[in-house]
Amino acid sequence: MSRLFVPKVVTANRLREGDVVYQTADNRWTPFHHEAELLGDEAHAQLRLLHAAAQKLIIVGAYLADAKAGPNGPEPTHFREEFRTRGPSNYNHGKQADFAN
Amino acid sequence: MYSYSDFDEDFVRSRVAQFTAQVERRLDGSLTEEEFRPLRLMNGLYLQLHAYMLRIAIPYGTLSPRQMRQLALIADTWDKGYGHFTTRQNIQFNWPVLTDVPAILGALADVEMHAIQTSGNCVRNVTADHFAGAAADEIEDPRPYAELLRQWSTDHPEFQFLPRKFKIAITGAPNDRAVTRAHDIGLRMHKNAKGEPGFEVMIGGGLGRTPMVGRTVRDFLPLGDLLPYVEAVLSVYNTLGRRDNKYKARIKITVHETGLDEMRTMIETRFAEVRPLFAGNDQALLHDIRAAFAPPAFRNAPIDAYHAFYKADPAFRAWADTNLAQHRNDQYAIVTVSIKAHGETPGDATSNQMRVLADLAETFGHSDLRISHEQNVILPHVHKSDLPAVHAALVQAGLGTANVGLLSDIIACPGMDYCALATARSIPIAQEIALRFKELDLEHEVGPMKIKISGCINACGHHHVGHIGILGLDRAGVENYQITLGGDGTETAAIGEKMGPGFAYDQVVPAIERLVNTYLGLRHEASETFLMAVRRVGLDPFKTALYGSEGTQDAA
Ligand code: SF4
Repeated sequence: MSRLFVPKVVTANRLREGDVVYQTADNRWTPFHHEAELLGDEAHAQLRLLHAAAQKLIIVGAYLADAKAGPNGPEPTHFREEFRTRGPSNYNHGKQADFAN
Repeated sequence: MYSYSDFDEDFVRSRVAQFTAQVERRLDGSLTEEEFRPLRLMNGLYLQLHAYMLRIAIPYGTLSPRQMRQLALIADTWDKGYGHFTTRQNIQFNWPVLTDVPAILGALADVEMHAIQTSGNCVRNVTADHFAGAAADEIEDPRPYAELLRQWSTDHPEFQFLPRKFKIAITGAPNDRAVTRAHDIGLRMHKNAKGEPGFEVMIGGGLGRTPMVGRTVRDFLPLGDLLPYVEAVLSVYNTLGRRDNKYKARIKITVHETGLDEMRTMIETRFAEVRPLFAGNDQALLHDIRAAFAPPAFRNAPIDAYHAFYKADPAFRAWADTNLAQHRNDQYAIVTVSIKAHGETPGDATSNQMRVLADLAETFGHSDLRISHEQNVILPHVHKSDLPAVHAALVQAGLGTANVGLLSDIIACPGMDYCALATARSIPIAQEIALRFKELDLEHEVGPMKIKISGCINACGHHHVGHIGILGLDRAGVENYQITLGGDGTETAAIGEKMGPGFAYDQVVPAIERLVNTYLGLRHEASETFLMAVRRVGLDPFKTALYGSEGTQDAA
């Protein structure tokens, strides 16, 4: 019996800017979690992670983060990943400011 | 103030040049991230949750106005207009982009600053009593010794790859304001029977996963033996320290596993070998360094205006009562500028505030500034007649908060708002506690109280030594906060005790309120502080306040 696989997204930080990005199905890096490719299959997720990790001049520290499907695309399930989609709570800095509206 | 020698200057400049080339090689692919990461960490550059973070050392917490202005310039040019002062007398910039870091390091080198050895398994920034050279209770200014240690440990070939990071704190006063007992080596000056000053040497203190209070390995070390003795400690640790397990690699574990007596014997044996090799060069150097820390030319002027203002102005009086400390010169005061305005982020100063502080230090403070491990800024030498003007300028800049040593003077680490290692947030907890007690207008009534918050077990927020300590954890995907009571970071150091099950994020403030109310209800008189009361009555009444009379109810 295999464990139920929790869906994932591939996320990393951009090498130059350091900001959080997600891998899309068409191989872009997007700042928006909801544009990420939601990976429901474990083997496919590992392949996508390998693909991401090979992009050494664009991103740093790629990993698989738990996610779930939402009305507008994948949503984070853990609070850490939720914070990463926005920025800090003490100032309006990071994505919440850069992509307001 | 100490100025770089040609050697320091060349060393720092060459490191900037090296790092500039390393960044270029990372960007063109000749260095992989695995190769680059240790290089950037050696230069204080971390990759955090939302961005890079640059950690810059402020040796023994001392800054000149020119350096403070340069930090403001860096904040404005390459960051988001502010900096974060940390519990290790560093400043962190939370938003630099990689390609700007070489320019930032160059700007730091222009004012004799750098970010070297603010990461990695080496001797980190040597921290000191932030009232050094000013405090009334001080035997001698410890900073010349700290500077000697800084020079000796910077790029020391033998100690660049220790089993783990190594932190040294030093104080020249019997009242320990530098948390020396929570450091790998703590140095506390006192006098022997003959009245000569020397250091009590403590080793194996540290917070983090396995908190321990440092233990005295030498009661009295003559001042001239400092460097060879510290070298002996490092050398024994470098040999014995465990490299097989990161969690057992700090010297506190070495002391614990080897035994203090055995360690002492080994250190003394090594010391006997090393001592003759220090043929006096260190003392000649120390002599030169001392001259750079000569006390300022104190003014002699009446202080009547200060007393008159103190009587007349209640806002000034409240500030003077909490934010001033006794200077060794009766006409002077030590001003602690609170970087803890209620609802703001503990330790964050805007570039404008930095410039105001630099101006005040220049105009009224003999051009001296300090950063405390409690994340405040100190003007160590202010003539009392200038205090009303200083206070007025601080208020204008949003820096006039009268809360030093009180409940809202909270230490909080960056936590999960910035730190990649965090398990929960700490900053908003600090903000909410401060705002709540401001609303209740209770903190002056409560009196001395140290609340310290860490966002993970690494304990950068010193929660173990908080009168009330708060540790943020991740419990099954939810932020959860463990409370400890009775910690103490002074010469009577103690590790706080866990109260019981943790609290959900929105239950922390009410829990703190219950603890404070319990204290107010049971203290004998206002002079019995929270910590004294906890020591007298024990934890039970506070446990009941937190969890009800059963003491077992899960508050989360
Ligand atoms: S205590 Fe943990 S969360 Fe806080 S700054 Fe240190 S490592 Fe980061």
